[in-house]
Amino acid sequence: MAKAEIRTPLPGIFYRKPAPDEPSFKNPGDKVAVGDVIGLVEVMKTFTQITSDVQGTVVSFQVEDEEAVMPGQVLVEIET
Amino acid sequence: MQIRKILIANRGEIAVRIIRAARTLGLQTVQAHSSADVESLAVRLADEAVEIGPPPAGKSYLNGHALIDAALQTGAQAIHPGYGFLAENADFADAVQAAGLIFIGPNGDTIRRMGDKASARQAAAQAGVPTVPGSDGVLTDMTQALDIARGIGFPVMIKATAGGGGRGIRIAHTADEFAALAPQAATEAQAAFGDGGLYLEKLIARPRHIEVQILGDGTRFVHCFERECSLQRRRQKLWEEAPALSVPPDTRGKLCESAVALAASVGYRGAGTVEFLYDDASGEFYFIEMNTRIQVEHPVTEAILGVDLVAEMIRIAGGAPLSLTQDDLKPQGHAIEIRLNAEDPANNFMPFPGQLGEMNVPAGPGIRFDHMLYPGYQVPPFYDSLLGKLIVHAPDRPQALARLKAALAELRLEGLKTTAPLAAALADDPDVRSGAVHTNWLEPWLDSHAHTLSQQKDDLP
Repeated sequence: MAKAEIRTPLPGIFYRKPAPDEPSFKNPGDKVAVGDVIGLVEVMKTFTQITSDVQGTVVSFQVEDEEAVMPGQVLVEIET
Repeated sequence: MQIRKILIANRGEIAVRIIRAARTLGLQTVQAHSSADVESLAVRLADEAVEIGPPPAGKSYLNGHALIDAALQTGAQAIHPGYGFLAENADFADAVQAAGLIFIGPNGDTIRRMGDKASARQAAAQAGVPTVPGSDGVLTDMTQALDIARGIGFPVMIKATAGGGGRGIRIAHTADEFAALAPQAATEAQAAFGDGGLYLEKLIARPRHIEVQILGDGTRFVHCFERECSLQRRRQKLWEEAPALSVPPDTRGKLCESAVALAASVGYRGAGTVEFLYDDASGEFYFIEMNTRIQVEHPVTEAILGVDLVAEMIRIAGGAPLSLTQDDLKPQGHAIEIRLNAEDPANNFMPFPGQLGEMNVPAGPGIRFDHMLYPGYQVPPFYDSLLGKLIVHAPDRPQALARLKAALAELRLEGLKTTAPLAAALADDPDVRSGAVHTNWLEPWLDSHAHTLSQQKDDLP
């Protein structure tokens, strides 16, 4: 079992949910397919989807919901 | 004046603008800031600075308790909210007052009344200000609805009461179309929003956005003439002018007087803006909303009138009567403002939170650049993309356009992508030059011209 990391290409604020009153895109233990949305990064009021480029299972989120992130920062660890 | 020190509850170019106005009044300034803005120009310029929270606005610039605490701890008597963030939050205005501080703006009740679309429309109608013709509330009977639509005059918009932001809108051009669309719209609204309620509003196909600046001290009210902000993308203004481009003098008089009537009817205190749609075809204007704060585009009004609107609103908040009468306000020449956003107009306005290298700022007669920039500034990704505003003033509009082009040619912001190339292209566009624009003009123009908007400044030596 190898581990993959998904990083943000953009600086901004990371959101794990599509909206405050909706459930998270993914939680630890969830299956992930290539192209699945794992979160959003808000840059200057524009939201960009962060998608997985691997298939596997979410191990952990390295960033809290609504936390500030910098380019290259690891968001999620995925077991492939 | 009761105010000796002001806390600025905002950031960016407007924070810098407020510090400057306060300083000309001989007042001390405290800049409240998030941890992301610790090196901002406003923090550098203010007499004092207080960190109020982490970068996300929800935990800093929207944290009313932290802002009020910061004002109390630094001995400020007043809070200036700028625009956006908490500027039109009635509960915040009330909380500031309850803490024994002065909110620089109208009181919470006025903000609340004007912030609610229905009560603002009602206030406008009571003050004799024309509103967009429509059904008086929700439609109940479909046969009656057709009569109402005929009364408004086609084309009409059929809108879902539970919709918003352009969702749940149907347009009927004829009675037959209306009869077919209305039941369909009700079914869809029920399915989409869980509420089948509909109302009608007259469709104005090519409206201009015209707004009137007003000032009031609670007893006396003046207008500072109008601005035209018809060049918009996704309801965001990108280019503003004063005076308006096509309103005949008698209509202009009525427009400005109706804004004063609305301000007077609510006993307005401070600076505010009454927004209208203007229909070239009929020569009619209609109230859309009132903004109870200073606006981004206030400098074009300052340019043609020679007034300092931000200083005036601080004076009024401090208990002073209006320093101007209507007769003092005589517009001179023409002013244009363009917004410099950290966005790439050639790439669907993609945000560009880069780092500024060298900069060259335009200057000279009739040129003003309100901004938050300095060499080395790292644009934070957490807030809106406005970097600054370039404002030009000249004896007439052709000379103002020439001055704008000259100023844009001087402007150089190395390392950033901005909306400057868009402004330069618009300044050369025949429709913009002749003033033949409306609020639905810019988006189709961008569809066909966006690819031509390269960041020319990158090519310069």
